[in-house]
Order: sequence, then structure tokens, then C-alpha cells
Amino acid sequence: MSSQRFLAFGLRFYVVIFFIYLFLPLIIMAAATFNDSRFPTVTPWDGTTLRWFGELAADRGMWQALANSLIVATGVLVVAVPIGIATALFLNTVTSRAKPFLYALILSPLLTPGVIIGISTLIFWRQFGVSGGIFLTVLGQATFIAAYVMLMVTARLQRFDRTMERAALDLGASQWQMFRRILLPYLKPALYSAAVIAFLQSFENYNTTLFVVGYDTTLTVYIASKVRTGLTPAVNALGLILILVTVLFAAIYELKRRREAARAVQGV
Amino acid sequence: MFRQLRARFGGPLAMAIVTLLGIWLIVMVTLPQLQMIEYSLRPNLLPAQIGGPDDRLTLANYATLFNNDIHRTIFFKTIWSSVLVTLLTLAVSYPLAWYLAKVATPRQAALCILLLIIPFWINEILRTYSWFIILAFRGPLNEVLMMLGLIDRPIRFLSGNGGVMVGMVYAYILFMVFPVYNAIESLDDNQVRAARDLGAGTVRTHRRIVIPHAKPGIATGCIMTFMLAAGSYAVPALLGSPGSRWFTQIIYNWFFEGGNWNQGAAYAFLLLVLCIGFMSLIMKVFKVGLGDIGK
Repeated sequence: MSSQRFLAFGLRFYVVIFFIYLFLPLIIMAAATFNDSRFPTVTPWDGTTLRWFGELAADRGMWQALANSLIVATGVLVVAVPIGIATALFLNTVTSRAKPFLYALILSPLLTPGVIIGISTLIFWRQFGVSGGIFLTVLGQATFIAAYVMLMVTARLQRFDRTMERAALDLGASQWQMFRRILLPYLKPALYSAAVIAFLQSFENYNTTLFVVGYDTTLTVYIASKVRTGLTPAVNALGLILILVTVLFAAIYELKRRREAARAVQGV
Repeated sequence: MFRQLRARFGGPLAMAIVTLLGIWLIVMVTLPQLQMIEYSLRPNLLPAQIGGPDDRLTLANYATLFNNDIHRTIFFKTIWSSVLVTLLTLAVSYPLAWYLAKVATPRQAALCILLLIIPFWINEILRTYSWFIILAFRGPLNEVLMMLGLIDRPIRFLSGNGGVMVGMVYAYILFMVFPVYNAIESLDDNQVRAARDLGAGTVRTHRRIVIPHAKPGIATGCIMTFMLAAGSYAVPALLGSPGSRWFTQIIYNWFFEGGNWNQGAAYAFLLLVLCIGFMSLIMKVFKVGLGDIGK
């Protein structure tokens, strides 16, 4: 029995260590923002400063990259969300012997390394005279983000009560009205979540983007290039801001999701 | 298939669904991959030579890998290191997944999952960058180790594979924790209790009851982690050095420094084959299907 207790204690200890391991690097990175040292570090501490935020704000390349990232993420939403919905509806409706094959094809972008998606997109569009830039970045990212959207919409669609659909049609609604007034409103929470996930996935994507981005550097590519050349704690300031924004996003998303889940349990 | 869609949604909507799906699967997923393979089978020619006598299908771009010692070494190193990253990640994740699924109270588990999700939302580049700071030559890790008297002078963590692997485990750990957690969670507690009552120790319970049940989750986690590790560009670019290059970096160089896209396409296709091969192997060993992976 005492060995059991020892193991249980060991496991708890492990979990604590694990979470320290998970958060300490991020805390150190954030702390280095405030160190008045030319190189981002926390040892030695050369005094506390806020000047790196000022340097960051004065960095025009950063603002341009941020603008590019926002444009790309918006484009990805426009492309990936309709495709994801259509695919989910397709999988939810169709029964066919070809379905397992199609399903494998639909999931394949999630199981393909991001660099490959970027490379194949870049090569494919070359024959049409399209080279790397915002357009290809949107297409490359949407290729796999559409699969994420599909998974999230499918998860909700599987719980859809199709008698509602029948009822609408029996009461004289057209199939379009049924889609517009019954199905789409039912899917709305999943669409919001999918949109948030798609936006973030796009915003932070690096591997695919790297190959298709051309000269329209996105923020993630910009950060990586800064780390390689010309690294100052301004990168940390940017990282800290991004982390705070992300955590805020994540908190809102989680809160909404939980409220949704609670409502689902109550059967409302 | 179209008939079923039309019966449910009507003609125009069914048409829209099929069009969107078609554009995605054909123009965005399939054709680019085929084009990449086709590219890899052609020599790198000047525009004037295209369509000429030299423009024929060849395996020369694949032969390059086996004739170039450095590239071949890096290719196999990438495989081996990615396998190691996958195993390390599994070893680190399993106890946590077990704790979350079966040991923690529902409240503790919910809190832990929230804490797990937060770093998961943060940019991979930033998570990797944070290790760049920790592992730096004059960084906090070296300072702490020297303070503790464990080392006399700082270690260059960032010039070998060690730093890259540490960064990868950190970056991809949640792709392992969540599938394994989901799989263990669905195990009936009574099975664990029964095993204990019948006299099985901790190791035996896990080996005979928990792990077999969690197989689909473990398989999914391993496939995702391996794919992310082998296909990672960010982590080796930030935490590696010229001496610890990754295969993706060789591919990148073919495209943007060597200017030989055909050669790059061949290497990219090899990377894809490697990932598909690993996936098939894992699915065979763990006896799981693709349906289990989508979960």
C-alpha cells in the first residue's frame, strides 16, 4: 500500500514539474522583454526598462508584416470556412462506397507536413505565372485549415436532429429556406469556433507560409527572421503582446465553448 | 452521391457543395501534389530547353540523395531524430494523460486541461524562441547549472541536435497528450480496479489493460508528432546550427538558394513518402484504421 501511495505522490510531483516545464520558458521570454540588455536574456539582469515596446512600435517592417498577416487570415477565413462547411454537409449526407477513400483524401492535408503543402502549392501555381505572395499564402494555408473547419462542423452536425429538417420541409419550406433558417443557425456556434481556430491557425502558421509567402512577409515569418538576424528584446515585446492577445482569445473561446456545452446538457 | 445531396438540399445548394468540395480536393489538394511529383521527375532546365530533347522523365533527382553523403546523412538523421522525439514525447505525455484521465478529480482535470491549452494556442515560433533564450550560451540554463556547480563553463546547447530535440518535444507535446488522454479517458475504471483486485501491479495494469485500450490514441499521437517533427522547419532553424541541419532545411535551400525546384520537389516527395510510410507502419503495428485517427 505504501508503494502505491509513493507512486501517487510521484505522479502528482511529475504533473507539477510538467506544468513548470510548460510555462517557465514562456515566463522567461516575457521577463526578458523588460531587461535593459541589448540581447534578450534574463541573466544578467541589467535593469528594468520598457524601451523595447517603443522600439517595437517604431519598427515599420513589423507593422507591414502584421497587416499582411491580417489580410492572409481574413482570406483564409473566406476560402476555408465555406469549403469546410460544404465538406461537412457532404460527409453528413452521402453514403457511398467511395466515401472511405474520399474521407482519407479530405483528412490528408492534416497528415501532410506543412512544408509539403507549401511546396506543392508553389509549384502548381507557377505554371499559371503566379509566384509567392499573399494569394498563394491564402491558398496554401486554406488547404489544411479547411480540414480543421470540416472536423469542427462535422462534430456539431452529428448531433443535429434531422426531424427538424423534415418538419421544416413538411411545413412548406423550400430546401434553401430549410438550410438558411434551420441548419445554418444550428451550426452557428461551431462556425464561430471554426472561424476563431482558422484565424489563429493562419496567423501563426510558419511551415507552409515560408514557401509561398514570397516578399509579403507575415508576422510569424518576420519574427523568425528577426531571431536569425538582428535579434533584440523587441522580439520579446512582440511575443509578449501576442501571447497576451492569444490568451485573451483562448479565454473567450473557452468560456463560450463551456457555456455552449452547459446549454447542450440542459437540452436548451 | 450527387442525388443524395440534391434530395436533401436541392439542386443549387447541392451544386455549390460539390463545387466547393471539388475545388478543394482537386485544385488545392490533389493536383498540386501530382504536379510536385511530376516536377521531381524532370531535370532542372533553362526555359529555352523545356520541351527539347533533354526534357524527359528521369529519376536523377532521387539519385542525388543517395549520391550526396551529406544529404543522405541528414535524411537518416532526420528520421532517427524524429523517431526519438516521438518516443520522448510519448514517454513525457503518458503519465500526464493518465493523471488527467483517471487520477485527477474532474475539477483538477478541467483546470489542467485549460492550462495545457494556453501554450497550445501560442505561436510555435514563439514557443521555440523561448527555448532559444533558455539554451543560449550565456542564458539562464547555463547560469543555473554553473551556479549549482554542475558545470565549470557554459555549454553550447544550440550547436547540436539536443537543443533541436528539446524544442521539438516542447512544441509538439500537446499533439501527443490530447489523443492519449482521450483514449485513456474512455477506459472503464472498473477494468483498472479489476486488474488491481486480481493482483496486477502498476506496471502490469498499464501494460495489459491501459496501454492496449489507449492504442488508437497512442497511434494518433505518434503519427502527428512524427509528422510534425520530420516536417518541422521552425525548430531546427531557430535552435539548430549549420552542423545540425534538418532535411526540411535542405529542401528549402534547393528552392530558394540552389534555385533547383525539380531537385527540391524530389526531396519534398521523399519527405512525404517517409511520413506516409511511418503512418502506415504505426497503423499496422497498432492495428488501427484511418477512422480512429480523425477522432
